[in-house]
Amino acid sequence: MSELHSLNVASALKGLRSGAFSSRELTAAYLQRIEQLNPRLNVFLYVAADSALKAATAADKKLSKSRKTKAKLPPLLGLPIAIKDVLTVAGIPATAGSRILEGFVPSYNATSVQRLLDAGAVILGKTNTDEFAMGSSTENSAYGVVRNPWDEERVPGGSSGGSAAAVAAGLAPVALGTDTGGSVRQPAALCGLTGLKTTYGRVSRYGLIAFGSSLDTVGILARSAQDAAILLNVMAGYDPLDATTLESKAPKVKLDGKATVKGLKIGVPKEYFIEGVQAEVAKGVREAIAHLEGLGAQVREISLPHTEYALPVYYIIAPAEASANLARFDGVRYGLRVEDQNLIDMFSRTRGQGFGPEVKRRLMIGTYALSAGYYDAYYGQAQKVRTLIRRDFEQAFEQVDLIAAPATPSTAFRIGAHTGNPLEMYLEDVFTLPASLAGVPGLSLPAGFDHQGLPLSLQLLGPHFSEERLLQVGHAYQQITDWHTMLPMDLLKA
Amino acid sequence: MPLSREDVEHIALLARLHLTAEEKERYREQLSNILDHISKLQELDTSSVQPMSSVVVEQSRLREDVAGPAMPREDLLRNAPDAADGQFRVPPVLDTSP
Repeated sequence: MSELHSLNVASALKGLRSGAFSSRELTAAYLQRIEQLNPRLNVFLYVAADSALKAATAADKKLSKSRKTKAKLPPLLGLPIAIKDVLTVAGIPATAGSRILEGFVPSYNATSVQRLLDAGAVILGKTNTDEFAMGSSTENSAYGVVRNPWDEERVPGGSSGGSAAAVAAGLAPVALGTDTGGSVRQPAALCGLTGLKTTYGRVSRYGLIAFGSSLDTVGILARSAQDAAILLNVMAGYDPLDATTLESKAPKVKLDGKATVKGLKIGVPKEYFIEGVQAEVAKGVREAIAHLEGLGAQVREISLPHTEYALPVYYIIAPAEASANLARFDGVRYGLRVEDQNLIDMFSRTRGQGFGPEVKRRLMIGTYALSAGYYDAYYGQAQKVRTLIRRDFEQAFEQVDLIAAPATPSTAFRIGAHTGNPLEMYLEDVFTLPASLAGVPGLSLPAGFDHQGLPLSLQLLGPHFSEERLLQVGHAYQQITDWHTMLPMDLLKA
Repeated sequence: MPLSREDVEHIALLARLHLTAEEKERYREQLSNILDHISKLQELDTSSVQPMSSVVVEQSRLREDVAGPAMPREDLLRNAPDAADGQFRVPPVLDTSP
């Protein structure tokens, strides 16, 4: 049997069911590894060791009982999991990577978390993130940068960098992330993982500390498409607490192995192979596409003509929504308060000290874009161009079933490489932002390594609510490749 | 379009952000660069395009207007920096000096 901490979800569940190991053994193995490696990688902001072991013990009782009675078990019973620290877990501190929320202990579970708990999952802890999920490297966390398990001098990507590094380093078999402009797909790509960004409205956002409400989605960082499907099936669907979830659009994903790649039309957008994309990244994507062609897919070039406008549109709409959402952090109801003479000065002092540089920068951009005299030129125009970007995707999906493209312009970059220049950092997301603006789902898949041993990735995008198709193709690809099974050797030996 | 220091101070006031002098200068420069990049959107003619005001592809459903259980008050007040008598306590809203 391989080491417990290198199991994927499917094999962990199998082992738990058969009694090959207990949930307590599995959970303890992860907790031990977290204790050993977290000081190096800075992945977890909070480790819920006691409650995890307690939940694991309870799961073991149900598991052993069911072996006698053959009773039906909750789908994730006994499975350890990590949660990005922008989703609330009752009784566990939530920071959103910010000083302004220091000390805040939510009294309720995010719906996505609640559904995992109802399915029997064991929560290991909360993972590091760029402050309020604003960033592409986790360098914007108030609690320090996360290190990429493949090269500790490099970033894991962001903002779900903690969740990505946790799964890549074997500190959790799977983790929840959130994707507003690429925050699941980009770190998955940089850490060699399968990363699913769900369709806007597929998984409830209740309990997700809001950043950009028309963009925020809950996603999954996993070792395989199959693992992502297992979690999606538990979390997806209508939630009365989030009006954008749709009851009619959450069929269970079935990965039956009879993959549907044969005859599938895959479009490759020429706007994603531009100057500035590392040659090895483009080559890796081309090779992965050739594999899909080998499985019977029909590949053709397409155009998404407004791709270059996604970055400016995003950096108006997301900060504008953030400036409204983050108004609630004012020193009154939770977290930090910096006292001053009157209410307004208390607000300003608290926010000035509590928010980090990138959050302040985006709040300033958003406030400006919404302010009197500039609203039409910035926010109004951005919303119109957003329509054009969505239309690009609608037109593309009239011709093809899926889009295949790079997830990022480069492999994992060095810590500090872009911190002096915000725009340079924003450019890391050029290939993930368009799908976020259109609200469509996306999947990052491990697709090899560059000459430095850093993971390469393929990004697949599909029409609204096409997660099943994305995961089917991902699963089929992972039947003929083994990139997704690779783990960073240095850490494995640790 | 370069922002002035006064622009930055006005935005910071609207955003309720107390900034140091050094921050004001840094943001003046960085925001000017970012706005410069964003102004690329002005090159598109969007006179016949509708703004995208909703991401949801289907009509949202309305629920029955029935009150449900609320979160317990003590749970919510527990996280407050300052609370008394079942309420959040804040500094004076109005200037009380004579």
